[in-house]
Amino acid sequence: MSTAHWSALRIPWIDGNKTNSDVSEDVCAPLERAPTKAWYYALAASSTALLIGAVAVTDQIWTGIGTWGLNKTVGWSWDITNFVFWVGIGHAGTLISAILFLFRQRWRTSINRSAEAMTIFAVMCAGLFPIIHMGRPWLAYWVLPYPNPMGPLWVNFRSPLLWDVFAISTYFTVSSVFWYMGLLPDLALVARRANGWRKELFSRLSLGWDGSHRTWMHYEILYLLLAGLATPLVFSVHTIVSFDFSTSVVPGWHSTIFPPYFVCGAIFSGFAMVLSLMIIARKVMALENYITVRHIDAMCKITLLTSMIVSLAYSTEWFMAWYSFNPYERFAALNRFLGPYNHFYFMMLFSNMVVPQALWSQRVRTTPWAVFIISIFVNIGMWLERFVIITISLHRDYLPSSWTMYHPTRIEIATLIGSFGLFFTLFLLFCRFLPMIAASEVKGVLSYGRNPKHAGGDHDAA
Amino acid sequence: MTQHRLIAGVFDSEENILAAANAARRAGYPVQDAFTPYPVHGMDHALGLAPSPLPKYCFRFGTAGLLLTLAFQYWVSLYDWPMNIGGKSFNASPALIPVAFELTVLFASLGTVASFLALRRMSPMKKPALPDLRGIDDRFVLTMRLHGEGAGAETMGRFLKEHGAVEIREVEAQS
Repeated sequence: MSTAHWSALRIPWIDGNKTNSDVSEDVCAPLERAPTKAWYYALAASSTALLIGAVAVTDQIWTGIGTWGLNKTVGWSWDITNFVFWVGIGHAGTLISAILFLFRQRWRTSINRSAEAMTIFAVMCAGLFPIIHMGRPWLAYWVLPYPNPMGPLWVNFRSPLLWDVFAISTYFTVSSVFWYMGLLPDLALVARRANGWRKELFSRLSLGWDGSHRTWMHYEILYLLLAGLATPLVFSVHTIVSFDFSTSVVPGWHSTIFPPYFVCGAIFSGFAMVLSLMIIARKVMALENYITVRHIDAMCKITLLTSMIVSLAYSTEWFMAWYSFNPYERFAALNRFLGPYNHFYFMMLFSNMVVPQALWSQRVRTTPWAVFIISIFVNIGMWLERFVIITISLHRDYLPSSWTMYHPTRIEIATLIGSFGLFFTLFLLFCRFLPMIAASEVKGVLSYGRNPKHAGGDHDAA
Repeated sequence: MTQHRLIAGVFDSEENILAAANAARRAGYPVQDAFTPYPVHGMDHALGLAPSPLPKYCFRFGTAGLLLTLAFQYWVSLYDWPMNIGGKSFNASPALIPVAFELTVLFASLGTVASFLALRRMSPMKKPALPDLRGIDDRFVLTMRLHGEGAGAETMGRFLKEHGAVEIREVEAQS
């Protein structure tokens, strides 16, 4: 950007006095050199986890979902917990790429590419769980309204589960397209620097990107429009996921605060996952100049804010349990505190309400290892939150004679491990084969907060 | 496809190419385009480009998605196969909103992307016409059209040099 962006009050977002060519070099370097040992070890670990998941899923499809610990009282548990957890993880990516773009938060340029990739991979993991829960996943296309010889018999448009199908598939499609459009200028850059078949492949993938201003002009409007469309989309997706619960009459589910509560929880858990991933990635991929401590600091502030909103939602649930005078609501709340699963509930409250309070301290926010530990707590806490909402609300329903306990089987645990394996395998392949920093966007913010007079021999748009 | 010749001035900063483009437009030079690694703000004005029609297309695709989805859901729920589910009304309009909303977003997004690719004729088959490859990497390239037998190449070159171009090249281009 031009000199207009310089001010003594502004701190540059990118360290190291980089030039445009340095950015091209640094962003493309991980693609052009041989992968490091650490990358191979990580890939070996994640693909092993993926393999464990694949074996478990094959077994449960072969045998049926009787291999799970579900029973007639607890019909949803581990599987839907994982589904909601993974969808939530994805939401931070869209928040960073779309909402922060609309708010002109230009620090997002260093992290938006990988956060969007994370969104896409997380939604893939999420989509897996309802499909395998169907028991006969080869009939998964039955959830779509397609012309069929049975009437045609259509799907039930008044069911929240069907809304979910449309929400998740639209979210996945739009996020992928948004991500790919953002990649175009960088794919052309990779093609320019590559040789042989890689050059051919990347220039075809870049769809003939020319960087001409006639293209940029339409492209910027396209990006703005997609950001504007993705913003209400991301709110609608988790709202609809929460409808799966709140439109039912189960105490603990039937609540009007669910949509905002779920959306904030999703962003909270998603930012925790972005922090966990970025703190490792910036070290392993040597990107500390691009993903700086100031980026971590900014993300921590959003994590703290969403933690406070989630805490408010928990308190509202306690208040409503008392204020509504509804014995079932009251029991649902007490059962969380005093029931047989209460250790999960206390662990959740500790991870989501207490631990993030440490982020009030700037020292903590700018210490990557401390933030990493907090982010792991939040990841676990938010997984537990979904378990608390789903399983604890179901296992003691209106009829005490059908009260029961739920315990996950080995197959379910292996499936969860497998979904982490899928997520990390895809993420590692992404880091290796695609530019994980949006080079064209970073070049645009290089001069931000940098005094042009002190740019010392730096002739590239400094 | 017509062949034509261009004068390309290579700049090393955003400020210089923007100033040169503005000056060239004021002086009446036939500026063709600017090739930059990132969008240079103010260049639309300097090149005299008309605003993008994409918002208009986006709105149309979104409206089409909304109306088609609502029409389809009403047709299914009221005429083709009304189903009594828990005594809910067949004409339960609020229940039809979530799917209609999602498909509005889907149509608008995919339609806008398709319009963008069509406007710039982008596809895996496209071979981009680049006057200078560094224009997608670390340099800023301003091109001017040459007419006939390269008349005026000298003045254009001098003009670009005066405005901070570090390198002047003559290139063949197809458009």
